[in-house]
Amino acid sequence: MSMSVTLTVNRVPHTVQLDDPRVTLLDLLRERLDLTGTKKGCDRGQCGACTILLDGRRVNSCLALAISHDGAEIQTIEGLAEGGALHPVQAAFIAHDAFQCGFCTPGQIMSAIGLIDEGQAGEDPERVREGMSGNLCRCGAYRGITEAVIEATRSMAEDAQEKAA
Amino acid sequence: MNRFEYIRPRSVAEAVAAAAIPGSAYLAAGTNLLDLMKIGVARPGRLIDLNHLPGLDAIETLPGGAVRIGAQVRNAELAHDPEFARRFPAVAEALLSGASAQLRNAATVGGNLMQRTRCAWFQDTASACNRREPGTGCDALGGENRMHAVLGWSEHCIATHPSDFCVPLVALDAVVEIEGAGGRRDIPLADFHLLPGTTPERESVLAPGELVIAVRLPAEAAGFAAHARYAKLRERTSYAFAVVSAAAGLRIANGRIVEARLALGGVAAKPWRAEAAEASLAGAAPDADAFRRAAEIAMAEAKPSGDNAFKIELARRIAIRALTQAAAGTPDRLPALPASSFASNAGAPNMGGLHV
Repeated sequence: MSMSVTLTVNRVPHTVQLDDPRVTLLDLLRERLDLTGTKKGCDRGQCGACTILLDGRRVNSCLALAISHDGAEIQTIEGLAEGGALHPVQAAFIAHDAFQCGFCTPGQIMSAIGLIDEGQAGEDPERVREGMSGNLCRCGAYRGITEAVIEATRSMAEDAQEKAA
Repeated sequence: MNRFEYIRPRSVAEAVAAAAIPGSAYLAAGTNLLDLMKIGVARPGRLIDLNHLPGLDAIETLPGGAVRIGAQVRNAELAHDPEFARRFPAVAEALLSGASAQLRNAATVGGNLMQRTRCAWFQDTASACNRREPGTGCDALGGENRMHAVLGWSEHCIATHPSDFCVPLVALDAVVEIEGAGGRRDIPLADFHLLPGTTPERESVLAPGELVIAVRLPAEAAGFAAHARYAKLRERTSYAFAVVSAAAGLRIANGRIVEARLALGGVAAKPWRAEAAEASLAGAAPDADAFRRAAEIAMAEAKPSGDNAFKIELARRIAIRALTQAAAGTPDRLPALPASSFASNAGAPNMGGLHV
């Protein structure tokens, strides 16, 4: 049974033929579109390494069937930097040493962007940690991650104010 | 993961008709089902995708004040709906204490009711499990079972229902709307999940092919909004299932409890409504003695199913905590760690504290 799925990934439309409905969004991104920035950690929704924005909301791409999301808009780590300029969350992760090995980092960054957009945590470290609890970091860079998310929250709010002014 | 046929119905009627064929399973977000398919515990031959059906994703206030939540509403969407969270704060708190932000953005209301137990023996296809494979036995009984049931279990199965969301829902008299080949019916959530008895493979009253289409909370459920909390003990601060949990709601007038609601999570194969405990609170002063008595009554029938006697005392304590917090009043804003026993130091930055 052949079926196709059309997804807009990082603002670029893709139509992918699937010969099997078992393909997850994670596997489609990595194996079919060669977007390997999104990582496969546990593949069971427990580690957050595969976090993407699906129609603007952060989700675990390992637990989403691609075929079920025909027409969706997806953002991955590859779509963040514009030209040579890093996304504010990427810049904050570097400034705060918010990683060591880096494997969880794309998921952490996509999750942080989702968190900031949700607007529930603000600059409260406890709320940031709670809001980021779906992303495990086995190197234990949580302190830097929390600091980076708070700084990015602040800098993005300032940017938004400047744009509005 | 086994191969399956993918079916995308265009209406609830089409979905129900498609699911009449044996081996079919409904796909909502898939956060539990796909996981179980990956480990071979669920092997449906056909997946009926609910994600493109019209009419299942609304949160509606009905005439008279009841709220109707479509089965495809996402957990996060419901928890952050301002009107819903204001009227049913313990439900919002329970939702936000469950899973992770990513999972809450995907997981649905209907899927939450239908999620399977996290019993490790159920999830291990090499183990005996009457729930997964009737008649094979229960390896949990003699195995690592400290997280298992202390109420309503049988020697055929000691698994628990893992939902947080269902705990305040059952306390607040939620009703499940079901559609099947025979039409539509309503069933109280309290009667929806089944205790294991001799047939643990029957987890709910749903007949094959029946679909949860909505959950309703009656208008009276909002009467507890001023004194409603969910409390949950976990083995890590966040992103973990409950060891035990409790939802409490009180209506208090002139220093007395007019009406109480209490339900427990993590203790049984269903969300556990503690009606006798509720009755003991009616007319009482909302104080420590009354809450301790209620907790004793709630757990009076409890017995360990293995190395989990500690859960009985823990459940009493979480019930007392939820009732005490409810009596103190629902906070204007949910705490940073919803339902948690850990609290930040009065809002002070806690960068180097326990929860890093």
